[in-house]
Amino acid sequence: MKPDLPKYKTSDEVDFVVVGSGAAGGILAKELSTNGFRVVVLEQGPYLTESDFVHDEVKVIGEDLLTNKPKLQPTSFRKTPNEKAKPQRALVYGRLVGGTSVHFTANFWRFHEIDFVERSKIGPVPGADLRDWPITYADLEPYYTKVEWEIGVSGLAGASPFDPPRSKPYPMPPLPVKGSGVIFERAARKLGWHPFPAPMAILSQSRAGRGACINCGFCLSFGCEVGAKSSSLATAIRMAEKTGRCEIRPNSYVHRIEMDTNGRVTGAVYFDEQRNTHLQKAKAVVVCANGAETPRLLLLSANKQFPNGLANSSGIVGKYLMLNSGGVTTAVFEHPLNDYKGFAVSRVLHDFYELDPQKVGFYGGGGLDARFDQTPIGFALENWPNIWKDHSGSGDRNSLPPGTPRWGKAFKDTLTHNFSRTMEIFAHGTSLPVENNSFSLDPDLKDAWGLPALCLTYKDHPDDLKLWAWQNTRAHELLDAAGAQKKWSQPVKESEFAVHLLGTCRMGNDPKTSVINSDHRTHDVKNLFLCDGSSLVTSGRGQPTMTIEALAFRAADCITALAKRGEIT
Amino acid sequence: MIENLSRRNFLTRGSAAVSALWLSAHWPAVVAAAEHAHQAAKSSAPPKFQFFTPEEATEVDAIAACILPSDETPGAHEAGVVYFIDRGLTTFAVDDQKTYREGLPALQVRVRELFPSVAKFSAATHEQRDQVLRSLDEHSAPARTDSQSGGAPTFFHVVRIHTIVGFMIDPDSGGNHEGVGWKVIGREPEHMFQPPFGYYDKDYAGWQPNSPDAEKSKA
Repeated sequence: MKPDLPKYKTSDEVDFVVVGSGAAGGILAKELSTNGFRVVVLEQGPYLTESDFVHDEVKVIGEDLLTNKPKLQPTSFRKTPNEKAKPQRALVYGRLVGGTSVHFTANFWRFHEIDFVERSKIGPVPGADLRDWPITYADLEPYYTKVEWEIGVSGLAGASPFDPPRSKPYPMPPLPVKGSGVIFERAARKLGWHPFPAPMAILSQSRAGRGACINCGFCLSFGCEVGAKSSSLATAIRMAEKTGRCEIRPNSYVHRIEMDTNGRVTGAVYFDEQRNTHLQKAKAVVVCANGAETPRLLLLSANKQFPNGLANSSGIVGKYLMLNSGGVTTAVFEHPLNDYKGFAVSRVLHDFYELDPQKVGFYGGGGLDARFDQTPIGFALENWPNIWKDHSGSGDRNSLPPGTPRWGKAFKDTLTHNFSRTMEIFAHGTSLPVENNSFSLDPDLKDAWGLPALCLTYKDHPDDLKLWAWQNTRAHELLDAAGAQKKWSQPVKESEFAVHLLGTCRMGNDPKTSVINSDHRTHDVKNLFLCDGSSLVTSGRGQPTMTIEALAFRAADCITALAKRGEIT
Repeated sequence: MIENLSRRNFLTRGSAAVSALWLSAHWPAVVAAAEHAHQAAKSSAPPKFQFFTPEEATEVDAIAACILPSDETPGAHEAGVVYFIDRGLTTFAVDDQKTYREGLPALQVRVRELFPSVAKFSAATHEQRDQVLRSLDEHSAPARTDSQSGGAPTFFHVVRIHTIVGFMIDPDSGGNHEGVGWKVIGREPEHMFQPPFGYYDKDYAGWQPNSPDAEKSKA
């Protein structure tokens, strides 16, 4: 049953080293090994499988079973480059084979045509460097379809009148509607809006040896113990291993890419679990380490030829970070929804995807979804990760009504009444690319291996915050139309924590204003490729993973074509 | 496998909510989930104090019972929260040992400051206990300190978080004894669910297409 898994020697020059095994890395590993190349995937986290995925909130969320470890990997934050950053947990990402796709929500919207050409359409935005992509929606469409069919996405083609054109329907029907979805759909239609079944990377039907979702209710933040969530772990990684040409090497922390005097990269240097250093030699390197760790790796790999960081002649590696603006409006209804059952999201609307800046007074657009993504402890503590790490008393998820006592009978009564009757509307929106917003190397703080830690610098563009507030108003209108008994929003405030990690090595035709070209090849180094959230030129409206995966399928085609023409080595 | 399933009583537990048709469609996933829950249950430890003395345990139990009181429905005491915290302090919450070792005596000092005739927290009336904890809560406004920067968590905040965690955690994970916490908040114990999930999706008539006259911007 188990495929013959290759073990490559580090001295054996393989065709490709792929750094990272998440949404993009998994697909590149699968595609490149399927195309006949010998591939080593170096993943900093462990190789867990379904049997490791428990519902224990302490283990999974409190102890970061699936995610980056603040104790080993401290980070810092500041609002602007002039400030000294202070140590603070600044981001979360999946740190295991499969990456963030293991624990994500699995909202799988495609980007629309506008996301690729917005700069041409609306012109410059003061305080930002908005640019068009060097590729269009039409270039990416076949690859979106590939993601839906090969990785597994549930949805209903044609249900949203705003959807971009597609070449094929979804491979399986949408997941069942939840109570939050029914409430959302009815109220949105009263208001003349156009709700539709959420496209989700979760199986609604058994497919390719994987079972359909059993609605266990531990979805966002958790790994799927039945493999119904279409993570890279459950899909692409296994397909890559089946080729017999791909080795997944976990617990391998890449911290440097080596380069020879001819300006070609020669392999990736990593720590193994015992912190021994190795160099895995390769003809080419593909970095898919996410929008924070990819720029960090390039900056850590500075050398004589690239003193400011590998492939950073532009000086913009790590810059133009976009996090996606938006937040949650929570509501309580008269009767039990029991929305804790099942996956998070069952209905979405895109009526506000393309707002007219002339009319609303700011640039941006977004989508609303109906969800309940809280597990019991997170609900009661109102934001698990911060509470657990900091022991700070008030979380900022606001799952309980403002003013709820924090302990005692009234607290317990609120939990008792609200847990089954609560739903959320999540507003997802654009972030503008601002040069100062970045991931960089902290000058003082070091990780457990002695390497410079990540520093997040971020101050939301004013338009991003205006959009968030504008979408909150729409969420309140919807909840009024739905007859919610109570509703409240997270306060609109500047970001200090990163989840979506986008734009830090963006794609473009001009080597002065971008890091990679449309083939995902760095402008500076012929055999170095980057593909993950860092490649994005614009932020989309909040659900980046589908696009990251489509880009990965496309990048694999581009890289394969270059290799076959002998243009890499 | 079947023996495991019946020992865990998994399908019996699930069958009230799940039809045979749904079950057959989802069978591979259901078996995987059942095996999974069984393994998790097997690994949970029996209750036995490892960190607290019996006297300390009585005080912690009394604090937890103020945070999530027992009234018409069970509270922290019935959920065995003190056992969960005790186990936590030798496993996932080792860093908080000092907070308890120093916090419990300080709590008793506060009790005697406020109520000189009361020997210890657990001997106080319920009103007095609430008053003591309120004084600790007020004096420890939730500073947004970060564990990285060494901000010291206060005793009451830590006990509050641990109590809520021990009450709400998945019962297969060593807290929330017999799932009483979930019963209180209306979270059904099954490991899998079949729609309709609640009141609002019960009478959903099925998806009806949107009208095609969509305007893009509603602004």
